[in-house]
Amino acid sequence: MTAPSAQFVTTIGLEIHVELKTRTKMFCGCPVAFGGEPNTRVCPVCLGHPGTLPVPNEKAIELTNKIAMALDCEIAPHSIFHRKNYFYPDMPKNYQISQYDIPIGSRGSLDMEVGGESRWIGITRVHLEEDTGKSVHVGGGGRIREAEYSLEDFNRAGTPLVEIVTEPDITSAEEARVFAQELRSILEFLDVSDVRMEEGSLRIDANISVEAPGRSGTKVEVKNMNSMRSVFRALEFEEERQRNALMNEEELVQMTRHWDEKSGVTIPGRVKEYAFDYRYFPEPDLTPIEPSIEWLRQLQEELPELPIAKRRRWMEELGLGPYDAQVLTSSPGVSVFFEETLEAVKDANPKQVANWVANNLAGALSDTGERFSDLKITPSQFAELMDMVASGEINASQGKEILSAMLLTGTSPGSIAEERDMRQVSDRGELEAVVDEVISNNAEVADRIRAGDMKPFGVLVGAVMRATQGKANAAVVTEILKEKLGAS
Amino acid sequence: MPITRKDVDHVARLARLALSEEEKAALEEQLSKILAHAERVTSLDTEGVPPTSHAIQLANVARSDDVVDPLSRDDALANAPAAEEHQFRVPRILEEEE
Repeated sequence: MTAPSAQFVTTIGLEIHVELKTRTKMFCGCPVAFGGEPNTRVCPVCLGHPGTLPVPNEKAIELTNKIAMALDCEIAPHSIFHRKNYFYPDMPKNYQISQYDIPIGSRGSLDMEVGGESRWIGITRVHLEEDTGKSVHVGGGGRIREAEYSLEDFNRAGTPLVEIVTEPDITSAEEARVFAQELRSILEFLDVSDVRMEEGSLRIDANISVEAPGRSGTKVEVKNMNSMRSVFRALEFEEERQRNALMNEEELVQMTRHWDEKSGVTIPGRVKEYAFDYRYFPEPDLTPIEPSIEWLRQLQEELPELPIAKRRRWMEELGLGPYDAQVLTSSPGVSVFFEETLEAVKDANPKQVANWVANNLAGALSDTGERFSDLKITPSQFAELMDMVASGEINASQGKEILSAMLLTGTSPGSIAEERDMRQVSDRGELEAVVDEVISNNAEVADRIRAGDMKPFGVLVGAVMRATQGKANAAVVTEILKEKLGAS
Repeated sequence: MPITRKDVDHVARLARLALSEEEKAALEEQLSKILAHAERVTSLDTEGVPPTSHAIQLANVARSDDVVDPLSRDDALANAPAAEEHQFRVPRILEEEE
C-alpha cells in the first residue's frame, strides 16, 4: 500500500553561515580577504599560540547586531562567548570560540513571499563565532579518509562568522530556496557580507525530514550545497528519497548526507556512532557583550529599507508587477541602478524602466555572470535609452540591440543609434510608400484581411519591418495598414 | 557523584589521551575527589543570584577594526613540525573516530 504524496509532510530547517565583511579577523588584527598566498594573513592569536589572548572586533559585533535586528530578533542585553572543544587541524586552538546558550539574537523571524503568499519563517538564533582554516588533502584522490596527509592554510582561520539558525518552519525545497535568496538579499542590503556562495562567504546546510501518516520523520542533515540552485535540487532529491523510503517501508537512518552537484544525488556521510560532546564552557578570556539601549537604537536607525519592504512599496507606488519588483530588490546593486535611472528619465514611465532593468538588463548580466556593480554603463545612459524608446525615436528591438552594444562598450545610446543609423522611422509619408508596396506584393493576404480575416495581419506588419530593416515604428505601420485595408 | 571507569574513558577519549589501566584507576579516584570538592558549592543558597561566567565585573572589551601587520610567512611556519608548499603539514585526518 502506498500513501498518496499529499499525505507526506516535509519539515526543513536551515543553518546558515555568513562571513562578515570586516577589515580584520574576529579576535586579532590580521586582514580578512578571500584566497591569497597561504599563511600570509596569520599571527600568533589566529595560529593558537600558547599565551596569546583574543580581543573581539567591535565592528563584527555591530554587524551581528544589525543582522539580528533585520531578522526581528530579540537582542540579548547580556551575551557571552563559549569555547566549543573539538580536535581538528583546521582549528589550531583545538576549540572554536562561539556562542552557546546566550546568543546575540534569538526568537526572530523572516518575512517572505512564496507564490504570492506571505510566509513567516522563525529564526531560532543569530550568533557570532570564528571561521576555521582550510585543509587540502594530499594523496588518495584528495579524499579525506584515503589521504596520506593534509596541508593547512590559516588565512581564513578567525574570520568573523555569523551563524543563523531557522525554526523547522520550511515545508518544501522551493520555500527553502526562496528563504535562502531572501536572506542573501537582506544581508547584501545590510552590507554585512559579500554573500558569495562560490567563495564560501555564504554557506547553507539543511535539516530535512519527511513524515507520513503513522510514521514519524527521520532528521537528515544535508551539506555541501554550493549555490541557490543546489539548495533547491538537493532538498528536492532528499525529499523524494525519504518519501520513497517511507512508501517502501524502508528504514531511514539519522545521518549527514553530502550533495553531489554532478550526479545530482545526496551521498551518505558516516553515521555518527556517538554524539559529539563539545564540552562547551564560557570563554574565560573574553568579557560579556552588553549593548547599551542608545547604541542599539542608533543601529536600528541605520538599518536600510529591507528588500521585502522596498518590493511592496514599489508594487504599490509604482505599480510594478511582482516579478519585476522581486528582481529589482534582489540586490542593492540592481535597486540603486533602478532608482537612479528613474531619477534621470524624462519620458519613460517607471513600469517600462522596471521591465527593462528586470528583464533585458538583468538577463544580459546573468548571461555573463556579472553584477550590477560591474556594469560599464551609468544609470543616466540607461535613462537616455529608456527615453529614446518611450518617445518612439527607436523601437524596442532596436533598443535591445543598442543595449547590447552599450554593455560591451559603455558608450551612450544616442551615439550608437547614430552610428548604426538606427533612428526609428515614424514618418507617415515614408512608411505609406513602403506599406503600399508590401500590400501589392502580398495581394492575396491583403484580400483576406479586407474580407475581415485578421489572422495574417502580422505577416504584413512583419514584411514592412523587414523592408525597413526593422526601423519602422510598428504602431504607425499597424495604423496605416488598418486604414488602407479597412480593417479595425 | 562518583566518577566511573566509563566516565574516565569518555573524558580521556574527548581529550585524545591514551591512558594505562593504572592511570585510569588513579584518575577515577582523583576526579571523584575533585568533583566532590566542587560539589560543596551546591550547598550554598544561590537563590536569586544570576549565573556568573566571569570573575571580574567587566563588559564590552573590544578593539576597533584596524589591520595589524600579520607575521611573515617564514615566521608563521618556523615552529611547525612539518611544512610543505608554505602550509602546515599534518598527519592524515580521520573524520570521526571508529
